[in-house]
Amino acid sequence: MSAVQLRYMLPLSLFVVLAVGLGVGLTRDPSQIPSVLIDQDVPRFSLGPVEGRARGLASADLEGEVRLVNFFASWCVACRVEHPLLNRLTEDGTVPVYGINYKDEPHDARRWLDRMGDPYVRSGADHDGRVGIDWGVYGLPETFIIDRNGRIVYKHIGPIRPEDLEQTILPLIEELRG
Amino acid sequence: MIAEIGHYALILALLVALVQGTLPLIGAQTGNAAWMAVARPASVGQMLFIGISFGCLTYAYVVSDFSVMNVAQNSHSAKPLMYKISGVWGNHEGSILLWAMILALFGMAVALFGGNLPPTLRARVLAIQAWIAVGFLAFALFTSNPFLRLDPAPFEGSDLNPLLQDPGLAFHPPFLYLGYVGFSMAFSFAVAALIEGRVDAAWARWVRPWTLVAWSFLTLGIAMGSWWAYYELGWGGFWFWDPVENASFMPWLAGTALLHSAIVTEKRDALKSWTILLAIIAFSLSLLGTFLVRSGVLTSVHAFATDPTRGVFILAFLVIVIGGSLTLYAIRAPKLKAGGLFAPISREGGLVLNNLLLTAACSTVLLGTMYPLALDALDLGKVSVGPPYFNGTFGPLIMPLLVAAAIGPFLTWKRADLPGVLGRLKLAFAVTAVVFVGSWMATTGGSPLPAIGLGIAAWLFTGAMIEFAGRIKLFRAPLSVSFNRARHLPRSAYGMTIAHAAIAIVVASIIVSQVWRTEHIALMHPGEQVEVAGYTFTFKGVRDLAGPNYSAQRAEFVVTRDGEPITRLFPEKRTYPSQDMTTTEAAIHTTWLADLYAVIGDPDGEGGWSVRIYHNPLVPWIWLGAIMIVVGGAVSLTDRRLRVGAPRRARAAAGADAKPQTA
Repeated sequence: MSAVQLRYMLPLSLFVVLAVGLGVGLTRDPSQIPSVLIDQDVPRFSLGPVEGRARGLASADLEGEVRLVNFFASWCVACRVEHPLLNRLTEDGTVPVYGINYKDEPHDARRWLDRMGDPYVRSGADHDGRVGIDWGVYGLPETFIIDRNGRIVYKHIGPIRPEDLEQTILPLIEELRG
Repeated sequence: MIAEIGHYALILALLVALVQGTLPLIGAQTGNAAWMAVARPASVGQMLFIGISFGCLTYAYVVSDFSVMNVAQNSHSAKPLMYKISGVWGNHEGSILLWAMILALFGMAVALFGGNLPPTLRARVLAIQAWIAVGFLAFALFTSNPFLRLDPAPFEGSDLNPLLQDPGLAFHPPFLYLGYVGFSMAFSFAVAALIEGRVDAAWARWVRPWTLVAWSFLTLGIAMGSWWAYYELGWGGFWFWDPVENASFMPWLAGTALLHSAIVTEKRDALKSWTILLAIIAFSLSLLGTFLVRSGVLTSVHAFATDPTRGVFILAFLVIVIGGSLTLYAIRAPKLKAGGLFAPISREGGLVLNNLLLTAACSTVLLGTMYPLALDALDLGKVSVGPPYFNGTFGPLIMPLLVAAAIGPFLTWKRADLPGVLGRLKLAFAVTAVVFVGSWMATTGGSPLPAIGLGIAAWLFTGAMIEFAGRIKLFRAPLSVSFNRARHLPRSAYGMTIAHAAIAIVVASIIVSQVWRTEHIALMHPGEQVEVAGYTFTFKGVRDLAGPNYSAQRAEFVVTRDGEPITRLFPEKRTYPSQDMTTTEAAIHTTWLADLYAVIGDPDGEGGWSVRIYHNPLVPWIWLGAIMIVVGGAVSLTDRRLRVGAPRRARAAAGADAKPQTA
């Protein structure tokens, strides 16, 4: 086949690559836990507080009790959807929620928490996303359940819907406390 | 009973589509006129059956028939009628049905208005439309049937997602789909041309209006979506580079490129295989958008319930449609005869530059949207791609495009005199310089980027005006002559001037609204006052209010300026008990130059409320500009050439075709 005709094959070849990628993507549940992280200790980190907050967050803070760690950002639209739910968890004292503010401008993060309400016991500012890499964060929001020993037990990707909370997250927390 | 009629009509539509996809195609290949003629009544019939089906589902929503599962899951008897109707497509099954119906609508339009098309081309175009319809109808029937029953029927439905209960979003999907699906016309024409092995000026002339219709609707659909994000998410922002937003933006970029390259194919008989490829790409990106939203590959705030079998089905469909058409392209495109030659500096060259920049911009958006998926598929880890990537890559590609868009219309075909053209743009240079210096001084030592952006917008706007003035010889001939010339100017020239100027307005408004926005976020107690951008906002307090299917807390602000009353604003926080969700309803007062935008947050429990007040300059002009772009498209569509010129060519072409067939 001549070079001229090969040129016309290019769009098709690119699409084949894309289609294979999409096919592989389909076999994965986007809200599935990446296996590497289950039953692993929380990655070691220490983050300063979100602007205007007194206390930052470090891995040492995540031991001794069952907790949620929620990655959020002011630029994340889906975070807005789940935020009222997190606020209610804190209001009702259901489970302590810890926050990691991911790749956000300090000022934006502060305003966001002021406006939307701050459900977090402690929150850390992961300005450059380094901690997020260790946690395997790839799209916000993501929420992790941490057990008493500071191990990651479960990862939820995407906004937490009321049914996720009722059917998966709360029962798991009960079990871990059990 | 009504639901069963709808289901049955959908099955009939699938059967009709199968016939419409087969017989005319074979007929066109073998020269059987009777078989080709099947295409037209079949496409009308297909539209009729899908229309009945859609009507039945709408009826089930309007009367709140909760024995239909789809209605029970997505509607509520207390919902206002408008949202009962918009609920039809506010869910996965119904939106696929809407997709299929719009597809059939376009097919029927070709059948009814395509009397001037050569019979073989028309038969092939309609057959390809039918195969797309087969895919979507089979998808609806086998994986997403909206007519499934529930037994026993629940007493009450579980309601539509409150975020979707909004006038802006209620009518956003139909417009978006008119755009997405409209590109199927360009696609079908492209595939038909590849089968025929012939692309000529007449072909481009038929493709252009269909592309323009689709593109105009898509523009409107995107603008409505962004308008919704602006007032419903309560954030003052209007574009988030969310995967679902990108899914609609990519076909828009490809469609814009297609609109421009089709001009070259029509006028100069060049860029043929490229135009064909763009037509395939624009529709492929529409399908890809549907896949991304519907398959659950990406999680997004817009995503509906996901189901793996649906993902597999759509992927298979994508592979057949896109893979098939690109294979056909690889085989047939090399045989298309290349047309007129041109120098790099020429109208053609300008349009090629336009296409390069638009497709490059489209590729960066595609890359940013697919990259996290690709890395995950290759087990290279998970990454996030956010607005910083898109702002960093998209802006630098789009700015040179806007600079070139002012120059392009001045260039002559084949070979152009660039220094001469730039000489005619002296006034534009001056305006650009003034705007750049003025806005840089106004940004007081910040980044020069906003000033550069505004300068480029001014350049494009002035350039469009000078080009128009040049066409009608304004100030160079007596006014009566100019007026006469303006009257006889083709509508497509008006369309271009309006659209280019409108793009400049949109770009300038986006920049101004980002840079000169004022905001005030505070805890306010009733009776307190705050001043934002010269306006005094007095917080009157919050009252409880009952809506039809929600309860609300409504705040009242009295806005004055220099003691003169301006308006009263009533932002709300709504709670929908059936879905246990809260939405914010921003209160917006527009002065047409700026929006006063107020939102309430949570109470502090001691009588205070967190409130956010924005002064968003020029934001209304983002959407007014978008509407102007659509007006430009519509004006261009009324061009005589697109209506009358085509039949003349068509008769000639049809006559030429008829001979070998009778022989």
